[in-house]
Amino acid sequence: MTLEAGQPRSLEAEATNRRIRRNWLLSLPAILLLLVGASGPLLIVLVYSFLKPGDFSGVVWEPSFNAWFQILFSRDIFDDTVGLADAHLTIFWRSVRLSLATTLITLLLGLPTAYFIATRSGRQRTFWLFLITIPFWTNLLIRTFAILEMLRNEGIVNNSLMSLGLIAEPIQILYTDTAVLIGMAYVYLPLMVLPLYAAIERLDFRLVEAGYDLYANRLQVFRKVILPIIKPGIVAGSILVFVPSLGAYVTPRVLGGGKNMMIGNFIELQFGQGRNWPLGSSLSILLLLIVMAALLFYVRASSREEPHG
Amino acid sequence: MAERVRKAFSVRRLPGFTTVTMICFAALYAPIIVIVLYSFNAGDSVALWEGFSLDWYAVAAQNEQVQDATLRSLLIALWASGIATTLATMAALGTTRTAKFPGSTLIYVLINQPLMVPEIVTAVALLIFFASIKVATGYSGLAYLILAHAAFCVPFAYLPIRARLEGMDRVLEIAAADLYATPWQTFRRVTLPLVAPGIVAGAMLAFVISLDDVIITEFVKSAGQDTLPTYMLGQLRRAVTPEVNAISTALLGLTILLLTAFFILTGRNDKSA
Repeated sequence: MTLEAGQPRSLEAEATNRRIRRNWLLSLPAILLLLVGASGPLLIVLVYSFLKPGDFSGVVWEPSFNAWFQILFSRDIFDDTVGLADAHLTIFWRSVRLSLATTLITLLLGLPTAYFIATRSGRQRTFWLFLITIPFWTNLLIRTFAILEMLRNEGIVNNSLMSLGLIAEPIQILYTDTAVLIGMAYVYLPLMVLPLYAAIERLDFRLVEAGYDLYANRLQVFRKVILPIIKPGIVAGSILVFVPSLGAYVTPRVLGGGKNMMIGNFIELQFGQGRNWPLGSSLSILLLLIVMAALLFYVRASSREEPHG
Repeated sequence: MAERVRKAFSVRRLPGFTTVTMICFAALYAPIIVIVLYSFNAGDSVALWEGFSLDWYAVAAQNEQVQDATLRSLLIALWASGIATTLATMAALGTTRTAKFPGSTLIYVLINQPLMVPEIVTAVALLIFFASIKVATGYSGLAYLILAHAAFCVPFAYLPIRARLEGMDRVLEIAAADLYATPWQTFRRVTLPLVAPGIVAGAMLAFVISLDDVIITEFVKSAGQDTLPTYMLGQLRRAVTPEVNAISTALLGLTILLLTAFFILTGRNDKSA
């Protein structure tokens, strides 16, 4: 479908080709908008991470590595000794732990779901896919809010547990790490199902049949035949869930309350009450670097895979 | 073909997978259904059912802040999706109807950048950038929000349009050019009608994405510029009200409406392409 396919057959066609070569100029307005509205400001963040914080907010234009130092270490105000910044480490650890747990939960729930959808026939498949897409396009805030409703002390989860006689008093789920985890697994589940579905849909079931013919049982077929083939889908889904989980802001804020912060909320804090814009900037760049590393890993992992089926 | 095997046992079925799937769908829909149901609750409780009523929709509709936020949300989403779709269409033409050139990967990365950078990072970057512009120019209108929304909507509009353009046979366009149509005539009479479903799909995605955005809006907006999502976020900080349920349900209805249209539109694409 590339231009090379249409070899110039006449002078006119050659002229068209020459004109077509300048067509990339049409991308310029979009690029300009993105430079102003997305990429350019990132450079400012990078610069700010190497400056000193202003007294109330903003920055003082003096070069400093202090913000990057502050990410991991804190200087004692009394004896000037340097120690690890425990509060920061707690937040990083929580973010990584919750993001990994979210990825795992969505994978455990999403893989069977994607498999189920991919093995339906035509019309049914469209129906189930549509059902997965509705929550995906539903406002993130509404979905988080729905989970908030479920997990409240007077919410459905506690009410039904109590009426079943499993618990005597409501358990406090809201404003804990568990609530954040449930919320993130809930909002990011479709992001896992969709790429997994795409991978399983391409699976050649003759290979599965061949596995059974060679006396493999279901578990063996799943592990030795299906899993290796759909691995790119698993990697894609995991990245798609892990990346937004790590930078999550709305879900931890609504379900975790003020205490169960993740990196996203911590960054916001530096631009609000924290009044430490350089620290907020260096944290943003750090988050960006981690995300880029994950994406790079994904690109390399998926380009090494040979296409199946 | 697999029918013969399915009688004994289906190679496509794995034990327990259907159960997990049903749990999955129940878990996905139960919270949303609760929200929708309780938006019709007569009482002011979000836990106790006191009969059916549309009172909370009336309360939400009469709330001036909600009215303002709704109008602002729609205004921003219309402008942002309009700008994003126009620029994305041009960019999609520029990247598919062109000879390979060295910078093409860079253009692709730039256009898709909002999908890769965590939203909170973009939000913070725009906060810093626009804060200094606001101080320098004294202007603090809606243009910042429209600009920011348009920027992150570009990839959502770009991807379906590009997919459509790549799936199109170039024979008709080349034929038009051979018959001495100017580039503009070729575009207007041949390319545009063929790519139109992709453009409409892209515009709808951009519209929904803009309408739903919380984080970037929260950071970029000036005082008194709440959109529906940021208004709801502000309400959540105080108390959970059935009014928010009503707004959520209305937004949900709009999303499903647009999505259904999107599915019908892209579904028809597949058959014709």
